[in-house]
Amino acid sequence: MLLIPCPWCGLRDEAEFHCGGESHVVRPPDPDAADDAAWAAYLFDRDNAKGVGFERWLHRHGCGRWFNVARDTVTHEIRAVYGMTDPRPETAS
Amino acid sequence: MPRSTYSALSLLRHGLTRHRTWRPAWRRPDPKPHYAAIIVGGGGHGLATAYYLAKTHGITDVAVLEKGWIGGGNTGRNTTVVRSNYYFAESGRLYDLALRLYEGLSRELDFNVMLSQRGMLMLAHSHHDMEFARRTANAIRRNGIDCDLLDRDAVARRLPLLDMSTDARFPVLGGYRQGRGGVARHDAVAWGYARAADRLGVDIVQNCEVLGFIVEAGRIVGVETTRGAIRADRVGLAVAGHSGQLAAKAGFRLPITSYALQAFVSEPVKPILDEVVLSPATGVYVSQSDKGELVIGGGLDLHPSYSQRGNLPTAENVLSGLVGMFPCFANLRLMRSWGGIVDVVPDSSPIIGPAPVYGLYLNCGWGTGGFKAIPAGGTLLAHLMATGEQHPIARPFGLERFRTGALVDEAAASGIPH
Ligand SMILES: Cc1cc2nc3c(=O)[nH]c(=O)nc-3n(C[C@H](O)[C@H](O)[C@H](O)COP(=O)(O)OP(=O)(O)OC[C@H]3O[C@@H](n4cnc5c(N)ncnc54)[C@H](O)[C@@H]3O)c2cc1C
Ligand SMILES: [Zn+2]
Repeated sequence: MLLIPCPWCGLRDEAEFHCGGESHVVRPPDPDAADDAAWAAYLFDRDNAKGVGFERWLHRHGCGRWFNVARDTVTHEIRAVYGMTDPRPETAS
Repeated sequence: MPRSTYSALSLLRHGLTRHRTWRPAWRRPDPKPHYAAIIVGGGGHGLATAYYLAKTHGITDVAVLEKGWIGGGNTGRNTTVVRSNYYFAESGRLYDLALRLYEGLSRELDFNVMLSQRGMLMLAHSHHDMEFARRTANAIRRNGIDCDLLDRDAVARRLPLLDMSTDARFPVLGGYRQGRGGVARHDAVAWGYARAADRLGVDIVQNCEVLGFIVEAGRIVGVETTRGAIRADRVGLAVAGHSGQLAAKAGFRLPITSYALQAFVSEPVKPILDEVVLSPATGVYVSQSDKGELVIGGGLDLHPSYSQRGNLPTAENVLSGLVGMFPCFANLRLMRSWGGIVDVVPDSSPIIGPAPVYGLYLNCGWGTGGFKAIPAGGTLLAHLMATGEQHPIARPFGLERFRTGALVDEAAASGIPH
């Protein structure tokens, strides 16, 4: 069971949240110029990190806002919580 | 050393010597410096691939490298449901190849995999579920696979313990059923393939973790392991939830996310349930093992994970769904629960095909439902590694489908784990 620190509501039970998958997935800047391989990589390929990974979470049954979480996918320890448009934080993994 | 076959006679013979004369079912060889083919991952898919390489294609200079013990991954952690009632024709061909091979597997391997085709029933809880059941059942029959639509009374007759009352938490309107579906013994599938492959000359090397790849002139020519470098003409990857990890070592990414999937087992009771039952509304499914335990499964944990244990919210969901369907099961105590790391793909279909790096071949992405597919996954990866060509049944499942957009979206049939 995770306790997730929502930046707006504080520590809440993981069942209130929805994990929106990997964060920092960058859309090809000019989609018309991107070939099928680049587009497929953007849509489907993932780092799927073992250890610290960066993901988007939604406080669905709370304030309804999105934020980013740096979480260890083996220990489930939450290393950092940061804004949707912030860069990846430094996390020693 | 003649290796004995298993039979009633051999059981009697070993019984007379108080079972002190049984021999190990496979050798424990040290890895050789070079093999014609290496398979990474000693789960069902890896072991079956090695077996069919040797049996069907005569390639016996093969090693299976397993970081722990064979069957210690998802193959030994799953809830053992086998079935082939998928929606799309491509999937029907794939999973029915597996089921047909399962039907002859105990004889083929001389190892009882305890296949029990007791039938698998998918419930329908609403008018819309019922329409979907009708559409799905028609699609499955069109794929040439057995499937029957059941009305409310037919379900009630098969499942006397199911809560069929009109104010049930999940009212039941009917369902559809594959009579050839059922369960098989998971460990026996791994051990049976291991023993049969070993007899054909395959080296099964346990406690041997693959750490990276040996690449020469852009081609994979071997692997680095905790037991040294081992070279090979070709390498097959069948490591389920760890596919992304090993792909990264080879320099590419995969459309895979790893999640924990949990299973639960109750204390044993007398025979009370002779079907595999699944509810799409709760995502819960249940069957009774030969030992009398209820084997229970449900949905994925709520976030990606590499820790082989589940979290509590999902456990609560699954168990409350179960007692919603079968109120009397609330009296049972749980004996065990555990988790396995499954390799989830956006279209819920497996990936079988060449990797983006020469010399490497993939069998992964089975996610929550690849136990039922083991004989087919092994057959198809062996075919690819032996001939360099995709088997016609494997063709729709290559990695290129994500580029071309020809996804085989089985979320409806396999989005729920079983
Ligand atoms: C709880 C649960 C219930 C399930 N229920 C069902 C079901 O009812 N029916 C169904 O059809 N499917 C079910 N599944 C899915 C099914 O178990 C899997 O799809 C299937 O077992 C995958 O087999 P595999 O051989 O690909 O993987 P695995 O059996 O996981 O084998 C992969 C092996 O690779 C090894 N490995 C990993 N990394 C390395 C490395 N670097 N070097 C060497 N070895 C490595 C692992 O130790 C492991 O033994 C379930 C899964 C779970 C977890
Ligand atoms: Zn909040």
